Amino acid sequence: MTGPLVTGMGVVAPNGVGVEAYWSAVLAGVPAIGPVRRFDASGYPSRLAAEVDPDAAAHLPSRLLPQTDHMTRLALVAAEAALADAAVAPGTYDPFDQGVVTASSAGGFDFGHRELEKLWRSGNEFVSAYQSFAWFYAVNTGQISIRHGLKGPSGVIVTDAAGGLDAIAQARRQLRRGSRLIVGGGVDGSLCSWGWVAKQAGGRLSESDDPARAYLPFDARAAGHVPGEGGAILVIEDADAARGRGAPRVYGEIAGYGASFDPAPESGLASTLHRAVTAALTDAGMEPGDIDVVFADGAAVPELDWQEATQIATVFGPRTVPVTVPKTMFGRLDAGSAALDVATALLAIRDGVIPATVHVEPSADYPIDLVVGEPVRRRIRAALVIARGHGGFNSALIVRSAA
Amino acid sequence: MTGSVLDLAELRRILRIVAGTEQGVDLDADILDTSFSDLGYDSLALLEAAAQILREFGVRLDDDALLDAKSPRQLLDLVSTADSLS
Repeated sequence: MTGPLVTGMGVVAPNGVGVEAYWSAVLAGVPAIGPVRRFDASGYPSRLAAEVDPDAAAHLPSRLLPQTDHMTRLALVAAEAALADAAVAPGTYDPFDQGVVTASSAGGFDFGHRELEKLWRSGNEFVSAYQSFAWFYAVNTGQISIRHGLKGPSGVIVTDAAGGLDAIAQARRQLRRGSRLIVGGGVDGSLCSWGWVAKQAGGRLSESDDPARAYLPFDARAAGHVPGEGGAILVIEDADAARGRGAPRVYGEIAGYGASFDPAPESGLASTLHRAVTAALTDAGMEPGDIDVVFADGAAVPELDWQEATQIATVFGPRTVPVTVPKTMFGRLDAGSAALDVATALLAIRDGVIPATVHVEPSADYPIDLVVGEPVRRRIRAALVIARGHGGFNSALIVRSAA
Repeated sequence: MTGSVLDLAELRRILRIVAGTEQGVDLDADILDTSFSDLGYDSLALLEAAAQILREFGVRLDDDALLDAKSPRQLLDLVSTADSLS
């Protein structure tokens, strides 16, 4: 028995919209960090971000525009692309056997911000009726479900940056319970002044004005990250169902998943991240030596980098498995990053290449083999993706070649 | 704008602003008796339109009566019989 298969992908990233545009940008090391353009950030301590092409969602029907936050529009673009990629012929599955699970960190912050502004400036009669759902965490799931007629088990996962993996794991649970196809992943971002203030309060943003020095995980100069927007939506299918319909593309198998929760910071107890990783390995029936590459969370906060590097070394041995952080090109996309890392890992498997981490000079203090400089060509059968969410969430997901 | 008359042209303009246009729907066609559901507008779109009508024309529509209006003609009739606030 094999795990569910990824049969379609849609990517919306700051350095590329669409799977192939994104992937070629990643392999070329094209960065996408720059000054915030969406609003005036000059008065804040942090002023860099990674924004998606403003025209990315320009083709969406106007009916959707008054009722959607910016990140929901990006999620709709990714879902549309993923379903087109999967090429499921109409009528293949009962609509009730197809669902949606997305991850979200904050919902439609920009939309909510504007409506609150109208409330206090002009009065309640000026607030959009769409505020009832457009700000909400589950809104991407709902809009994707409505637009594509996916009426089966659906939901939203809110575990900060770990959500992109947790949503895919939840998709797998729904497939095990009998669904045939789940659209799963995360597209996220709250690059608006209200979202910005919330992120500043989190205390993990870089205050650098140099795009090449602002997000440096596993580097001695690490001092926070740059926020971005975007992510990936995957079409995840029951393996027998996908093979039965002759799915034109199979990117790989969701082979294993594990999660753990960290002890309270003041407890003095060590992070439990390694438990998530070993649980994922056990779930996949694999040994550490079976993993060909690790896509790390890469917080770029020294204490968190230390935890992640040492725990990777605990499971795999020091400097044994290649580790990479392609999101150094475009920052952390809230709940979108981990889903995008899964898409990137599947492309790495498909093409036999490990994308490089950019801008980083790895610190010798960290016992990991970080891939910097050029992408590394080699056969990749299985990849581990690690994602950690603010508040203690640790998740690990393994994707494996289905060939 | 209080005091102006809400006609079909104004209603089209308001619907475009507050709810956009469904793919494949021509709002400029003869839509007076086309159902709102065929035009791609749900109850939230109509609530948005009612809020805009209140702001622009000073006419407050009862929510239940609004949702009983199934077509542009029925909505325009409702507005013309409703009490103006001014």
